[in-house]
Formats: sequence, structure tokens, C-alpha cells
Amino acid sequence: MPSGLTIDEVRSTIAERKTTATALAHDFYTRIRQEDPEIGAFLTLCEERALVQAGRIDKMAAEGKPLPPLAGVPVAIKDVMVTSGVRTTAGSKILDNFIPPYDCTAVARLEAAGAVILGKLNCDEFAMGSSNENSAYGAVRNPRDKSRVPGGSSGGSAAAVAAEMAVATLGSDTGGSIRQPASFCGVVGLKPTYGRVSRYGLIAFASSLDHIGPFAKTVKEVALVLRTIAGRDPMDSTSAEVPVPDYVAELEKPVKGLRIGVAKEYFGSGLDPEVRAAVEAAIQKLAELGCEVVPVSLPHTEYAIPAYYIVATAEASSNLARFDGVRYGFRAKANNLSEMYRLSRDGGFGMEVKRRIMLGTYALSAGYYDAYYLKAQKVRTLLTRDFDEAFKKVDVIAAPTCPTPAFRLGEKVNDPLAMYLADIYTVTANLAGIPGISVPCGENHEKLPIGLQLFARHFDEATLLRVAHAYERERKSTQN
Amino acid sequence: MKVTDKDVAYVADLANLELTEEERAHMLRDLNSILEYVDRLSELDTDKIAPMAQVSDRYGVDESRQGSERFAYAIREDVKDGLRKSLPHDVAVKNAPDTDGTFFEVPKVIER
Repeated sequence: MPSGLTIDEVRSTIAERKTTATALAHDFYTRIRQEDPEIGAFLTLCEERALVQAGRIDKMAAEGKPLPPLAGVPVAIKDVMVTSGVRTTAGSKILDNFIPPYDCTAVARLEAAGAVILGKLNCDEFAMGSSNENSAYGAVRNPRDKSRVPGGSSGGSAAAVAAEMAVATLGSDTGGSIRQPASFCGVVGLKPTYGRVSRYGLIAFASSLDHIGPFAKTVKEVALVLRTIAGRDPMDSTSAEVPVPDYVAELEKPVKGLRIGVAKEYFGSGLDPEVRAAVEAAIQKLAELGCEVVPVSLPHTEYAIPAYYIVATAEASSNLARFDGVRYGFRAKANNLSEMYRLSRDGGFGMEVKRRIMLGTYALSAGYYDAYYLKAQKVRTLLTRDFDEAFKKVDVIAAPTCPTPAFRLGEKVNDPLAMYLADIYTVTANLAGIPGISVPCGENHEKLPIGLQLFARHFDEATLLRVAHAYERERKSTQN
Repeated sequence: MKVTDKDVAYVADLANLELTEEERAHMLRDLNSILEYVDRLSELDTDKIAPMAQVSDRYGVDESRQGSERFAYAIREDVKDGLRKSLPHDVAVKNAPDTDGTFFEVPKVIER
């Protein structure tokens, strides 16, 4: 049975000929067919492509060739990353019938490393949302409690790992869309540094904030996937020319003596007491591992959400202008061109997408540009300086990922502002471009998972993952 | 109320959205509530603060220079051979709602 296998176990089981990649892919499809009707994580399955890839791996194993690092690993991809020949919707009706002609770089790199792509995962429309309820294809349910949201916007990516319908998945994170669902579903999710992973083939939401990153059950697996997808890509000019360390090898370095910053701004009012207790206990564990806990200040944190929702929506209003019914996607019947644009966009986009396009267009319009967009960009500078100052004193910053555990389906759908506030601890890392990870750190009295969030300096994923790994190991050893 | 009915209509027009009466009413309420929250940004004095458009500006931009010189780090030689091929024509129009195989077809263009 597929359940519980890690990336390394998949690879070694295939290498030792105890199973085949093909058999494993079939097992996962069986599991998806059993479990997913109640969860709704998958939008499209690509069995043909998966089985061709699995066959390739099995041939290598049969010939005794060395297997690539992700050989035969069943993975799945958030439906905002394009996949050649496989329908890609971005969770939107406007792309209901879109079959991309090329592969997203991150997806191509996973496949080149031997991964088997099972299918495409549900998400909030154009990655706009914090609960996955904005998907045009229906909400995803949290595998840990099906009356609750899995978080968003990468809800399907987190749920698929939590329900063991994929060993690892890719998501995207513009304001917390990897870390928040990881926290809600009790899995590990990483948003790398801006520029660490190519966004070529990621359907753009807010280009200065969008990131691609991995989900898995353990920190080590997340490190393995990051090592595979990271690095300069000539197809994305924002991907950085920075060497990719061996994140997996770095995991085992000691954490003793590392300085862990704790900012009071992340423990203010609105933080659920059980979340606070779990995160504080996690920080205590890091101290017991020999880390030095140092108070730091991130004084502009309270301005992050308003700055974020101006910058993100302004960029979105521009990025989503391409959806006009001309070259791809939904086209409404119309008598003239301008009517076609408007009716296609009206019929194709859901309410939250329209709301953000409206807000972004307003913030960029004549007379409001300085007051909103320029102002938000300046506040972004202040928020980034907060982190620059803090990282002079510490190596990693620890905080809650979210103010609460997973909320109920429907709880916030009618209050956009309340939904935006679910991202209060995560948007800062997107604005500053620093890496952030969410690692499970306990459960509340209803058995709902709680996430510990860690931040590190630009391009210091190695330290981030090392601390997360040390914490995870310590927690697991004291749990049983 | 900062945003009026008239603003909603104007912005919808800029954004190429039509919006139903009901959607316009929702927009009026939601934009006002969100912008009221955003207004707390005015508590900060940012007169002397430079705006930040991109994180990657931090990876090599030379702020002491002007114009495209600021981005000198990203300049490369022209590539004469071995350029990536464009999508073949038939692939590029494959997702088009309407095409004659060469061009994307759209309804007649009439001045609005």
C-alpha cells in the first residue's frame, strides 16, 4: 500500500525491485479514487503521462541503472502551473478548456528527476484565496476534519499530501498560499526565497510576490524537492544566479548556537491561545536543542496586510488583463470586440477575482496611484528593512504560521477582509522575499493541526531547513 | 464612503468588466471596507522612503546609476545562433476560441 512512504523509501523500494513505479502509480490512483470524492483535491488526472514516466523508471530499474533522486515518486501539481498536453485551469472557468503547449520549469525538473506526475490539484481561482473556497470547481475539504477548509490557495496541494494521495506536491505562495494550508492540514510547506525557483509556466497572480514551493510530510522530503526545482532558469529573468546547495546534506549539521528570533508582533491580539502555546512550546524545544532565543522587533508587521493587498491586487489587475477571450480560454458571444472582452471576463472570472481586479485597478488609477500603490510600495521597503535589521541579530525567526487552526467551510466566505486577515503572519515573507516554512508543531483540543513558521535570510534555505528538521526530529522523538 | 457608485462603474470600465447590478453593490461595499482598512498605511511617514517594486532589485541593481545602467548586471551579449524556437503556428492557435488557422479571429471592432 502506498500509505506512509517517503521519497527515499519509494526510490529504494523500486531500486531493490520490491515494487515498480507502475504498480505504485496504480496504487496511488486507486487511493485517489477511494479518498478524493470526499476531499476534492484533484481537478485532472494525467494517467497516461504518469504511466509513461513510471515505465521509464521501471526500465531503468530493470536494467540496473542508477535511479534519479525522485525516481518513481508520485507527485501532483497545483493547477496554476502549466503542463504540456494536460488541462490547466488555475481553478477558473475562464481556463476550463485550456491545454497548455509547454511545461512549467519546476514541473519539468521534477519529471527529469524521475517523479511521476499523477495530476493537477484544486486551488483558489488564480491562487486568490485563503480557504480554497474560491475555486470554480468546488471547495477542497481538510482531510483532518472534513467540515473545515484545507487553507488556501494551495488547498489541494496540502490536502493531497495529508490524505496520502501524493508523496509530494507543488504549490504556489503569493501571500501564504503554501504555508497556511500546510499548517491547516498538518504537513510541511516551504516558500523559498524570491528568485530561488523559476516561475516559468506559473500562471501569474502578482509577479513580485509569486513563488513556487514544495509540500511533503517531512522536512527532508521538502529539501529534496527544493534541491530538484531550485536554480537559475534562462526562461525566467527573475530566477537568481545563486548556487543551489545540497539542502539534504546540510540538514544534519548541528543547530546548537544558532540564534532564533522571536518577534512580539507575531504574538499579539487575535492569536488563538492554543496556537500560541504550541508555538511557544516549539520555541522552547529549539532552546533545548541549543539554539539561543533572542527577542527581535518587526515593528511594521501590522501594516503588512494593507500593503500586501494593494501591491498584490495592483499586479493582479495587470496580469489578468491577458484573459480577454482572444487567444485562449472562455469567449462569450458578443456583437463587437469590447463587448466580447467584457462579457468573456464577466462570465469567466469568479467574484473574488473580480473584486481583486477592481481593487487593483482602483489603486492604480489616476488620482489614487500615489495614495495607494506608491504608498504600499514604500511600506514594503519598511517591512523589508525590519527583516534586514532582525537578521543582523538572528539566523532564523520563529512565529506562528496562522493565527488560528483550520476554520469551518463557509465561515469567512462573505467577509473578504476577515479572509485576508488569515494571512497576517505569512504575507510579510512575500513582501520581503525571504524564505519561510511551516512545520507541524502540535494540535488543538479538537485535534486540528497547528503550524510553526520559520523565516531565514534571503537564499538561506539551508539554515531554515536545518532548524525545521532538527525541530521535527525532536518533536517526533518525544511524541512516542 | 470613499468609493462611490460612479467610481465602481468607472473602474469596472477600465478593467474591462461589465458586472451585474448585484455585483456592483457588492463591490461598493467590499472596496469601501477594504480601503478603510488600507487607510492605516497613512499613519506611516514615508516621505523619505524609496518604493520597492521587486525583491530581485536587491540582487544587483546599482542604485547610484541612472536608467538602464542600473540594471547593468543583467546585460548579456546578443545571441546570434541557437535561439529557442517559437511555438509552431498550429500549436500557438490551438487553444484559440476562434481561428482561421493563421490568425486569431475576433468580432468586428466598433468604437465604443
